[in-house]
Amino acid sequence: MTSLHALDPFCSWLEHTPLSQTLQNTEWIIPAVQTVHILSVAAVMSAVVMIDLRLLGISGRDQAIPAVAGRFLPYVWWPLPILLATGALLIVAEPARALENPVFIIKMSLLVLAAAITLACQIPLRRDADYWEHSPARRRTARLIAVLSLPVWIAIVFAGRWIAYVQGT
Amino acid sequence: MIEHLLQWLQDTAVATAIREGESLFPWIECVHVLALTVVVGSIAIVDLRLLGLASRDRSVAQTAAAALPVTWCAFALAVVTGGLLFSSNATTYAHNFYFQMKLALIAVAGINMSVYHLFVNPDEAKWHTAAATPLRARIAGAISLCLWIGVVAFGRWIGFTISAPT
Repeated sequence: MTSLHALDPFCSWLEHTPLSQTLQNTEWIIPAVQTVHILSVAAVMSAVVMIDLRLLGISGRDQAIPAVAGRFLPYVWWPLPILLATGALLIVAEPARALENPVFIIKMSLLVLAAAITLACQIPLRRDADYWEHSPARRRTARLIAVLSLPVWIAIVFAGRWIAYVQGT
Repeated sequence: MIEHLLQWLQDTAVATAIREGESLFPWIECVHVLALTVVVGSIAIVDLRLLGLASRDRSVAQTAAAALPVTWCAFALAVVTGGLLFSSNATTYAHNFYFQMKLALIAVAGINMSVYHLFVNPDEAKWHTAAATPLRARIAGAISLCLWIGVVAFGRWIGFTISAPT
């Protein structure tokens, strides 16, 4: 992963910007930003868990799948801008910690994958709320999407914590 | 007495393995973070319903019935993983202000929940289908939401006040 060193000049420039200096030198900012980041993760993870448990038929069965998806999908998407903003602040504060860290690259790749899986599940619902319930095959596909998405989201959370433990190469 | 107990806990084989292991602490921490995000998020589902801000087309009872089993499973996981992390450095964590505050806030959240179940929930049948909830239900939801946000904040601050990666 030596190629990540190509970012050295950029990281060095970024960590000397006034914003980065402020973030580094004000003790409470980083934990506060991380707290907001984790609270946003809480919204996303709980929404994903509620949707997936319903798709699997484990919980919330008194409400139809489209209704459950309609209730919780907004909570998967609207925290994302907050997550990107707080995540960006953490990067500005310590650029090399994330940008030159293979775990961060893995986390971002998994995030793209999770977003793609969620969209694949969501887009057909826009035209037809009952799309996933028309045939047994579609019901199976919906369940498969649920089974696949949860481990990806969990891996994103795990990777997020591991960034702190893996040194930038 | 308590100091002896903390020292004993810290000297157990499990605590020593977590403290001295290469990657045991981070892995347990990963599960702890995962569990606590689900705890806080699923409680927020109920709190936001009590505040009349979300799930308004569902009764409080329906909303709670779907969310709270998730909360309790995740809470059990958070307690076990949190206990393991605590054991690895029990004597230090026990004296950490942010750790003490975190536990205190969880205790207050428990009291808030009990008060709700004893005094607010019993007459739920009268209002639980209404989108607008009574003031006492909204207060219980608001207190719960604030307490859990505090739990997350103090929890994160522990990591910055005890020498460990942040």
